[in-house]
This record gives sequence, C-alpha cells and structure tokens, in this order.
Amino acid sequence: MTSQSRAADITSIAKEETMTAKIIVTDRRVLLTGALAIGAAGLLPRSVTPATAQSSASNGFAPTETMAGGSNNYVANAPLVQNLGTGFVASGVVRRAGDGKPLSNIRVQIWAATERGGERVPSNRGSVMTGPDGSYRLDISPIVPQFGQPHIHIAYDDPGFATLFLRPVLNSRHDKALTADFVLAPAAGNEPRRS
Amino acid sequence: MSRDGADRRRIAAWILVAAIACVPVLAAAASPLQRGRELLWIIGGMAGVLALSLLFLQPLLMAATPPLMQVRAGVTWHRRGGIAIVAMVAVHIGALYLYSPEDITDALLLVAPTPFSLYGVISLWCLVLTAALAATRRVLKIGYRPWRILHSVLAVAVVGASAIHAIQIEGAMEEYSKLAICIAALLVTTVAAVEVNVLAPMRRRTALRKA
Repeated sequence: MTSQSRAADITSIAKEETMTAKIIVTDRRVLLTGALAIGAAGLLPRSVTPATAQSSASNGFAPTETMAGGSNNYVANAPLVQNLGTGFVASGVVRRAGDGKPLSNIRVQIWAATERGGERVPSNRGSVMTGPDGSYRLDISPIVPQFGQPHIHIAYDDPGFATLFLRPVLNSRHDKALTADFVLAPAAGNEPRRS
Repeated sequence: MSRDGADRRRIAAWILVAAIACVPVLAAAASPLQRGRELLWIIGGMAGVLALSLLFLQPLLMAATPPLMQVRAGVTWHRRGGIAIVAMVAVHIGALYLYSPEDITDALLLVAPTPFSLYGVISLWCLVLTAALAATRRVLKIGYRPWRILHSVLAVAVVGASAIHAIQIEGAMEEYSKLAICIAALLVTTVAAVEVNVLAPMRRRTALRKA
C-alpha cells in the first residue's frame, strides 16, 4: 500500500470520526493525534468537550484561514499545467463554506521548492482545476526544504471566493504525498469593511 | 614541559579543532540538496554554516590560547574572528533576503511560521549588541571586569540561540555534524566563559597571594 493511499484512508477515518468543519489534512501525525484526541474527548462529559468538537455540527464547514507565510514567493496566475515533474503528489478537496459542497472547476495554484530549484523557479509553479467531485491533484518533483522547512504553497486567488493562501508543511522531507483539503469563504468576506 | 611536547600538543589541539570546525561545513557543501539551489541560496545557507563554525572557534581564541597560540596572537585573532562572524551573518541574511525577500522580512518581523526564525533573530540582535559594544568599549570607558562579564553573557546568548536556530532547521547541514558543532560551540563557549570570568581571576589571585 502506498503512503498516499494510506493517507487517504486515514483522512476518511478522521472525517467519519470527527465530522470536522475545518478540514486541512496536511500531516499524518497531526491527523492521527487529532483523531485520537477527539476520540478521547468523546469519552468526556459533554461540558468538558472542547469547543472545536461541538461547533462543527452547528456551524457546518467553517472557511479555512490563510496561513502565515502562505503567500511568500507568490506570482499571480500560475499557468495551467499537467504536472510539475513527478515523485510527489499534492492533492485535496475544495469545499464551499457552510454546507461543505465540493467545488468543481476551481483553480488551485501550487508552488514549491523541489529538487530542480527554489519556489521562484517558473517550472516549480502551476495551476490545476478541481474535478466534478471538488478534488484536485498535481504531480510535482520531490519536495526539498526551503527556508528550513519542507513545505508547499497553495493559493486560491480568483473572483468567485475569498483569496486563500496555504503553506502546509510536510511531515518529513522524504514524504511522497501531501493532502490539503480546504474550505473557501464567500468573496464578500474578504472585502474591506465599509463604514 | 619540553619544547617538543608543547609543539606536539599544539599540533594535536589544532587538528582536533580544525576537524570539528571543518566537517560540518564540508558536509553541508557536499549535501545533495545544494544541487538544485540557486547561487544566492547556496551563498546564504553556507554563510550561516560558516558563522556557526566560527562561533565554535571564537571562544577558543580567547580562552585556549596557551595550547593553541600565544595570548597576544589570540586576542588579535579573536578580534578578527568577531569581524568574520558579523560579516558571515550579514551575508547569511543579505543573500537570503535577495533570494526570498518575503521570507526574511517575515523572520525579522517575527511573523514567520517557522519556529527557528525567532532564535535566529534573537541571536542576530545579541550579535549586533556585542559588536556595537566591542567597537565602542573604549569610548564608553567600560572597565575590563564588567566588559568580560557582559561580553560572556552576550556570547552565551548568541551561541545558544544560534544552536537552537541551526538544530531546528531542516536544510543542507548533515544532522550529526550539525549536532556536533552546536554542542561543541555551546560547550566551548560555556567553558571559556567560566575560564575567563572565574578560573583565570582565581589563578591570578592565588599567584598574587604567593608573591
């Protein structure tokens, strides 16, 4: 069984177990710890259960928040590509905030430092579209750490929804895949507030 | 002690010191991660590695001078070493800034997502303060005793923060030689601080009492 399919299995387990609102699955260790913690939380009396475990049912899918450093080395409008090399797979599901409906035909921009060079190298930058089930997938050359951490950058920067920049970190620099699901907020949420 | 014995000890000490200082630099330069990197990235990274190695050498030039060299030469080289460390750190930050301005800006403003950035910045400001004090010590008329205490405290802070900074980074440095140089630098700095501030003054007092 490949690490990728194992990651996918764990993802589905976690989803069943937590019905979590904010799904950013970036890291197997975090995911397992989280699943265990929430499983343990289920044994606690209701009043002690953390708010995160309770809010999911009432709020539905909360929008994913932009991560610190997520937009570093971003160059707008990464070209649509078939792949950015092979050896590493970035994938995930894009959903709409609220009801969690998978969003199809959404442009996901990805850039990362690979064996072929840093984040700014044009061939390390590309866009993919989500399929009918809201999922995206991009093959990339093996990821190397840039600025001390092996990570990739993911951007949603189109008019339909609020702009989002993610910077998921790999569990290990030798990982062959990373799953990053995220939830987009309505575009209005990102507009400057009018007084 | 015979002159031959002293020479042999000096050579052995230098071989040991050179090995500890050079291995992490050579290992980082030989890392397969360097292959895909752009020139500025390589320069910025290697300057940091060199600075770390110099942090290990620097206390020795002050506190281990009888075995390594004569005391007067040690003071001269300690001063040059200090200038070299400041220069390497400037290249480290400058080259990485030119390579990826946003990442360095985030780090300097303490908003970077990487935990090691904080330690790098702590180390940077302690180093800046150390260099500023070293340059203005005579103008400010700081006496030798408060100076060596202040300088030692800052040195321990610079080396400690740098070691954490280096250990947390996943990069071109080879893991074991990185750990070794960090432990060696911390050890040497601590022992040197104790030697300069406690042991040497104690020996001087004993010598005075005997005379």
